[in-house]
Amino acid sequence: MRQFIKHRGIAAPLLEPNIDTDIIIPSREMKRVSKEGLGEGAFANRRYTLPGGRDPNPDFVLNQAAYKDASIILAGANFGCGSSREHAVWALTDLGIRAVIAPGFGHIFYNNCFSSGLLPLILGAAEIAEIAAATESDPQRRQVEIDLENCEVAVGDKRFSFTIEAANRDMLLNGLDRIGQTLLLADEITAFESADRARRGWAYID
Amino acid sequence: MTRSLFDKLWQSHLVQSLDSERDLLYVDRIFLHERTGSIALKSLAATGRPVQRPQQAFCTMDHIVDTFPGRGDSTIMPSGSEFITATRDACRDAGIHLFDLGDSKQGIAHVVAAEQGICLPGLSQVCPDSHTCTLGGIGALAWGIGSTDAEHALATKTLAVKKPRSMRVIFDGVTAPGVTAKDMILHLIGKYGADGGAGYAIEFAGSGIAALDIEARMTLCNMGVEFSAFTVFIAVDERTIEYAKSRPLAPKGAALAAAIADWQQLHSEPDAQFDKTLTIDCRDIRPTVTWGTNPRQSLATGERIPYPQSLPEEQQAAAIKALSYMDLQAGTPIGEVTIDAAFIGSCTNARLSDLRAAAAILKGRKVATGVAAVAVPASGQVKLAAEAEGLHTIFEAAGFEWREPGCSMCFYAGGETFGEGKRVISSTNRNFEGRQGPKVKTHIASPETVAASAIAGRIISANDLAELT
Repeated sequence: MRQFIKHRGIAAPLLEPNIDTDIIIPSREMKRVSKEGLGEGAFANRRYTLPGGRDPNPDFVLNQAAYKDASIILAGANFGCGSSREHAVWALTDLGIRAVIAPGFGHIFYNNCFSSGLLPLILGAAEIAEIAAATESDPQRRQVEIDLENCEVAVGDKRFSFTIEAANRDMLLNGLDRIGQTLLLADEITAFESADRARRGWAYID
Repeated sequence: MTRSLFDKLWQSHLVQSLDSERDLLYVDRIFLHERTGSIALKSLAATGRPVQRPQQAFCTMDHIVDTFPGRGDSTIMPSGSEFITATRDACRDAGIHLFDLGDSKQGIAHVVAAEQGICLPGLSQVCPDSHTCTLGGIGALAWGIGSTDAEHALATKTLAVKKPRSMRVIFDGVTAPGVTAKDMILHLIGKYGADGGAGYAIEFAGSGIAALDIEARMTLCNMGVEFSAFTVFIAVDERTIEYAKSRPLAPKGAALAAAIADWQQLHSEPDAQFDKTLTIDCRDIRPTVTWGTNPRQSLATGERIPYPQSLPEEQQAAAIKALSYMDLQAGTPIGEVTIDAAFIGSCTNARLSDLRAAAAILKGRKVATGVAAVAVPASGQVKLAAEAEGLHTIFEAAGFEWREPGCSMCFYAGGETFGEGKRVISSTNRNFEGRQGPKVKTHIASPETVAASAIAGRIISANDLAELT
């Protein structure tokens, strides 16, 4: 999995609350039995003028020259709520997004991020507004720097500390594969299963 | 002992604590569907890791399949058949039982899981679909995951999960006639917000819950994710046991007796502690419908659409945006809002009891002129049972289409929509922008309210319809 250690990039504001995974990628954009190439469908209902079309909507933040090549999204509360579709994460990473900074996330989306090297970073709404204010005069030059080792976000001379679960941070810093990590515990899982069968035999289908 | 239901469900699946935040939980059942299951199985096969215990994994066709009578593998959605055939192949290769098209047991994952007894009280179940929490209605620990976590569960029989905090929501007292489980959950979300349950595993309890039948409990739990809960569940009682023990895959004989003994423990002890407790007075709940684009934005039928400035400040910007998307004027009585279409379907509200309730309202009446109306039973078993009672003839005589089971127009994945910009009253779970198709305006309500509104051509409750006629 792709590592995340430090990242400096252009931050685009999408500050309304409850940006759900249907907005991040509408169902009809999930066209193939694949995790690849979904960036084109990211935010399709807002990014393009017509449903299913590809003409850019100039009002959408990521279509504006000031936010060209943005790799960080500054978001509102409950970002990624709704459907469990992991395509939302795959669409964002394919679009070049490395981190989303929000006051809170839908829990399935949050968890999905770590499987694809996308950093879901939690800061208070006021701090996110400060970052947005600090970048808006010239987003291309006033870039945001995220340091996951030190759990710090910097823009200009402002610094913000954040917290993240140690295991999730490790996963991103080291680019770990979660399944491989768990398979190291195969003996413990088998032992649990044997003991559990004695307690809850009815729960098993043979 | 002071253990809560949550403690019991969690501890019985705890393989080991991984660190101060995460536990490794044993997963009893994995359910897949053709939209993300095929990707998970294909991706897992590419790594060379086998599916462990494939006999405890199941798959259905629900998200993308067409629901038209006489359907096959081809779909309205371009490339939909690719998902269908890839799923069929992947399930065969992995040895996973598939509820395929043409199987009378095919249907929406969470509905089939309960109906067949794949999921039972006290089991842990995951599915790459956010509405997996539906199964909390029978006292299971069930939650939605992404595709990569589905691969994880298939390959390891476990998931590493951050332990949520615990909440109990007490629904106290008896609801008024015409108030359903759907209204109860919309009321809760309306009061505490679409992220009111974020970070929590929530037990729904109280006399208002005890009074609900099992299907209504599943409706209530279904929308736990719309409250942003990790998951939700309800203690097992005699109704749960009656329901579970007669399922096709329920344990038999001595195993059933052992299971029932375990199920009878699935409740919170009287002095169990919770990180948070909310109480809803059921007498405050009225038939409820959404007016906006997130499930908090709701009102009781008969009320007026709120002025954004009358709402708490942090909700005002979202309300203005929602009114614009929904093409509604603040101050308009919701009862004057006319609809283009009515939809009864989904894992929320398309079980037999839902279809019976809607049919009772539709019987002898006609859908208003110009309103398109579609009913999609949640599973083949629901459809057969409904047809055995003649419900399909009531729906069809009223002007509803009667379809084959699947998720259908709950969302746009199958590529079907009532049409760009249409206004739909819907028994589904999400009123998000574009959820039911481009620019479609979705109003979520109970099947009873959907049926009554279909007849009236505007948004009214069944109680209101009864007064009119």
